[in-house]
Amino acid sequence: MGIAIAIVRMKDLFAVIMLSGIYGLLSASFFVAMDAVDVAFTEASVGAGISTLLMLVALTMTGRSEHPVRHKPVLALAVVIVTGGLLIYGTLDMPYFGSAEAPIHLHVAPRYINESMQEIGVPNIVTSVLASYRAFDTFGEVVVIFTAGMGVLALLSVVRRPEELAKIDSLNDSMHEQHLILRIVTKMLIPFILLFALYVQFHGDYGPGGGFQAGVIFAAAIILYAMLFGMSTARRVINQSFIQLFAAIGVLLYGSVGVISLLKGKNFLDYSALSADPVAGQHLGILLIELGVGVTVASIMVIIFFNFAGRRHNPQNKGNDDSC
Amino acid sequence: MLMGLYNYWIVVVLMMVGFYIVIAHGNLIKKIVGLSIFQTSVFIFYISMAKVDGGTAPILSDGISKYSNPLPHVLILTAIVVGIATTALGLALAVRIKEAYGSIEEEEIQKKDNLDC
Repeated sequence: MGIAIAIVRMKDLFAVIMLSGIYGLLSASFFVAMDAVDVAFTEASVGAGISTLLMLVALTMTGRSEHPVRHKPVLALAVVIVTGGLLIYGTLDMPYFGSAEAPIHLHVAPRYINESMQEIGVPNIVTSVLASYRAFDTFGEVVVIFTAGMGVLALLSVVRRPEELAKIDSLNDSMHEQHLILRIVTKMLIPFILLFALYVQFHGDYGPGGGFQAGVIFAAAIILYAMLFGMSTARRVINQSFIQLFAAIGVLLYGSVGVISLLKGKNFLDYSALSADPVAGQHLGILLIELGVGVTVASIMVIIFFNFAGRRHNPQNKGNDDSC
Repeated sequence: MLMGLYNYWIVVVLMMVGFYIVIAHGNLIKKIVGLSIFQTSVFIFYISMAKVDGGTAPILSDGISKYSNPLPHVLILTAIVVGIATTALGLALAVRIKEAYGSIEEEEIQKKDNLDC
């Protein structure tokens, strides 16, 4: 909470973003304390990792200091205090923290807790709810992520001529020669990060983990590589059009699992249609759609980072549309 | 007895801090940071509602009968990843605005717009 208030006061955006990274990590540890291990996993890799990074990259393009506020923020403060007061008044009717009789725990959740083992056969309830009971929701989320990635692509992608690329290459190489220790340590770390991502991906049924977390961790490894070895090297490893294709394949995989279960005469995304034994079908379905989620999330994160970082190297493309 | 509600109050304070940043600051990057604080406060709200006293993480194992509610975890898990994707979209817009206007301060952008028309 203190950190959040410090963020308000700071003018130096670099410090603000660093603080928001710390804030993300703190809230991740808070989620662990609240038993939400899967969520903490995601928040640690997203809030403290990728989002900080993306904001920093955006910052290199937009300048790091904030202008002082000229008008007095009295009105804003008043609005905030009134809204906050009303919200606190609203909480007076809420159930107490940790009480087991709260309405939220009485409906739907008991069924998930008591019967998901027979129906789905996966110990991690979060995974079985995410990937099976509410698979349609998750499909929507994946499509949202995909769309956001496409939006970033549309806003930021630049087409370069080969000679420009060569110039950027030489610039990159001179920049990245220096950090020898970092490079070697990272080189050793990256295979393990990738391996860990795969573990998280396929062990999500039994422990905390799943496609979303694995995708983000996988992307983090690739982004780390791109940061230390230069964008051009990273682009040679992972081609832009290749990764775009992969993002689409992830969504396609997810959707086609649903269509297959439709064709087999069950509901959309009802995996018991996938195999003669319903529980085995559920396992197969969850595995497939988690794979789809992981592939999409990883590729979208990489696409977003590549486009931000690629934009950084040519500040010349000024917008020349003066219409308003 | 009212102390049992403290989790909501923390959420409200965090939410209002984020809200304040969004409405009182002119810098677009700062606004995005404010939005993400607001967003995290909603996450904390959901997760703290899911907590059951004496419960453990919702991964089924022998000998444990009390689990925290898994449903909010699922919702927030996906919301976090969607959140980063939309934040990235916002940052991309900020970068484009910087390129088109040469500034990410709201006032300066408005001034430029008024001059042009």
